[in-house]
Amino acid sequence: MADTIKLSRRNFIVGTGAAGLTIGILASCSNNSEDAPDADQAANAEPNPEVNAWVHIAPDDTVTIRIARSEMGQGTLTGLAQLVADELDCDWEKVTTEYPTPGENLARDRVWRDFSTGGSHGIRSSVDYVREGGAVARAMLIQAAANQWDVPVGECTVEKGVITHGASGKTLRYGEMAEAASALPPPTGVKVKDPSEWKIIGKPVKRLDTPDKVTGAQKYGADLQMDGMVNAAIKQAPKRGGTLASFDADAVSSMPGVRKVVKVDETAVAVIADKWWQAKTALDALPVEWADGEGADYSSAAFEAELENGLTADDASVGNMSGDIEAAFANAAQTIEATYRVPHQNHACMEPMNATAIWTEDKCEVWCPTQNGEAALGAASEAAGLPIEQCDVYKLLLGGGFGRRGMSDYVSQVVKIAKQMPGTPVKLLWTREEDMQHGFYHPTTRARCEGALDEEGNLTALKIRIAGQSILAGLMPQALQDGMDPFTFQGLLPSGTDERVEDQTLKYTFPALKVDHAMRNPPVRPGFWRGVNANQNAVYLECFMDELAHAAGKDPLEFRLAYMGDNPKLAAVLKAAAEKSGWGNEDGKSRGLCAFYSFGSYTAACAEVTVDDAGQLKIHRIVAATDPGYAVNPQQVDAQVAGSFVYGLSAALFEEITFENGEVQEKNFDTYNSMRLRDMPEVETIVMPSGGFWGGVGEPTIAVATPAVLNAIHAATGKRIRNLPIKDQSLRDA
Amino acid sequence: MATLKVNGKTVSVDADENTPLLWVLREDLGLTGAKYGCGIAQCGTCTIHIDGQPVRSCTYPVGALSGEEEITTIEGLSEDGSHPVQQAWVELDIPQCGYCQPGMIMAVAGMLNNTPDPTDEDIDAQVTNICRCGTLARVRKGIHLAKTKKA
Repeated sequence: MADTIKLSRRNFIVGTGAAGLTIGILASCSNNSEDAPDADQAANAEPNPEVNAWVHIAPDDTVTIRIARSEMGQGTLTGLAQLVADELDCDWEKVTTEYPTPGENLARDRVWRDFSTGGSHGIRSSVDYVREGGAVARAMLIQAAANQWDVPVGECTVEKGVITHGASGKTLRYGEMAEAASALPPPTGVKVKDPSEWKIIGKPVKRLDTPDKVTGAQKYGADLQMDGMVNAAIKQAPKRGGTLASFDADAVSSMPGVRKVVKVDETAVAVIADKWWQAKTALDALPVEWADGEGADYSSAAFEAELENGLTADDASVGNMSGDIEAAFANAAQTIEATYRVPHQNHACMEPMNATAIWTEDKCEVWCPTQNGEAALGAASEAAGLPIEQCDVYKLLLGGGFGRRGMSDYVSQVVKIAKQMPGTPVKLLWTREEDMQHGFYHPTTRARCEGALDEEGNLTALKIRIAGQSILAGLMPQALQDGMDPFTFQGLLPSGTDERVEDQTLKYTFPALKVDHAMRNPPVRPGFWRGVNANQNAVYLECFMDELAHAAGKDPLEFRLAYMGDNPKLAAVLKAAAEKSGWGNEDGKSRGLCAFYSFGSYTAACAEVTVDDAGQLKIHRIVAATDPGYAVNPQQVDAQVAGSFVYGLSAALFEEITFENGEVQEKNFDTYNSMRLRDMPEVETIVMPSGGFWGGVGEPTIAVATPAVLNAIHAATGKRIRNLPIKDQSLRDA
Repeated sequence: MATLKVNGKTVSVDADENTPLLWVLREDLGLTGAKYGCGIAQCGTCTIHIDGQPVRSCTYPVGALSGEEEITTIEGLSEDGSHPVQQAWVELDIPQCGYCQPGMIMAVAGMLNNTPDPTDEDIDAQVTNICRCGTLARVRKGIHLAKTKKA
């Protein structure tokens, strides 16, 4: 039972009942996993001396770097460790990491600051304070050595965790000094290194979490096993706005392994059984009645009329406006117009939603994959009916996040279930069908784009009317500004007006511009979906720029560059991608371009495709360039950029969530497909950090994936695809 | 009560014959390397080997096994992570979130059992697992690297 689970602050060991195995689960990743401390020892030992919040150093020189942000595949765990380790001047081979808990963060006055991991902020918003943390720890370690030798600090140097006194040649290891250093007051005014002094930052080091991920040793939330643990399967009201009316627990209570059938809340029922497969089998057999609510008759097809209405309606908020639009259109030699559409999409993380909880009258603990540990803690506390100080959340590595695990719905659910079995560990695991039907979906929008060209084919004015769903209206309406969702305009916003969105601004300069949004919200909960609103805004802007270039009779590369004069960094990535791809080559491949700025990074792609006579698309290669300012780990930037074409093009090619009578129609990967190797182009990345700023990496390239391919399809066929996903479109006219 | 040979050991499990092999491995044997991703044999994250052949265990009823088959999971692919596919995966630092990778690695290892020198066309046809993070470009490179390595 619960008391057999030995918990230290971050490490815990658990026994599997049936097989009698004891498996150590360390929420940590080490350069040398064989050297990881034995789980029993880790659970019982005193913590290593804490030099400061970011750095623990053991007597054997193992450096444990504390990581507040969540690792979901994007490499942030390794990148943040690099930042601290470089400033610390420790031996990278001896670095290991661990997650502090959100509860510890609160208890220590948020010493680790923000735990939330989204918006490609994991590294770029932490760089200053985590590097300072490493630098301060370094200064304290050197001071401790100088004190022991009774020499001036200035006579001491450090390399790879060994402090040397120059004059005497004496040395001390960090492992020997950690305890003394931890007793010193942290110095103030410690400077971080100049980029020219970096030894670990900027190097293509291997991820710390790879070894366990190739042997099956890595434990995810879905894999947790604890003595006495029971398993829960959940069913939520299938229709939007539906509620749980009744269920017949007696009909399944004698099925194998079933412990209990419980109402989770107003919208869900769960079966608790010894094993999850038993719980799921019984849940499938459980008679359940649902009551309809608002949204029960919602259908995607019918909602198209509202989006259509929004394309010309008067009720729009202006996100970016400059120049004399009306005069430009009145005097245009040519005007063109096009309308685009992007559907709802689901995150579909490979690891379905899950969490494990133990609830007692005075304590609630949750183990879960989450992008937002502190929000998960808040959700746990609220669901538990306990003060936040009596709760904690132990984070696990995520089997995919993409924005979905910034939400804490599954955390609330597991606590509500565990509360009905006090003292017993309960693991809740969603089916894939639940995951598809109860997402926080990428919003559906349409856009009507209009352009004015003069006699010489110069763009004199651009209008983009976006119609559709607002994420902020659905998730955090308090963040709306006079009813406007500024984030709807991601990547299209004016520069110099609001520093909170300066990393999401338009990097073209047009003579006249108007971008506005008519909000049309369906009864579908929206979410932040990797790349977020940049994804469709890049389609609207960059596919239409391609259309304008063709209407103007100009080369799409030159046409774009003509309006990037104020933004040479965007021009640089575009030119780099085009050049490396062989833009203008006549080699049987058709090429399409896209450049976009979002999450503080400059990205561009050139897609090379063919479309056969039957309309079958083959994406042969993508050349992608990115300037994130600094590249903490270039080989992981490469991985994120290449990966963005999997996530982005899976959506472009296949993904659409539709609703009929309030219910999601695509319930699994058979109808909500994702790219396979056969669909995957070669990706050549150009990582070109120009320095001086810190941009995001995990998301910005998603935006350029779809427009580059759509523009290449046009180059191949002469046909514009303005409606997604591509699978539903005929690429050649019959 | 069924008897199975898993990773070279004979084990007995008490599970309904309709239980998918995936859940017997995960819940009765504590072998959680094979993952649940879809339950309908679409995504491949549950891939294990039966007599060296890649099988999507989420739809394979345990009752269909005779007990004579050699079942291999990611935990039994090698003793120390030294299978050529695992070596290649480490060398190219392939996993991102890693959740799909045990299935991906088992699918690739299974393909190499049948087709030791696969072409890109062989790979396209035989490895159809889903990875949402986006490791697919490195996976292809990893397969070509793995086929050059020795266990």
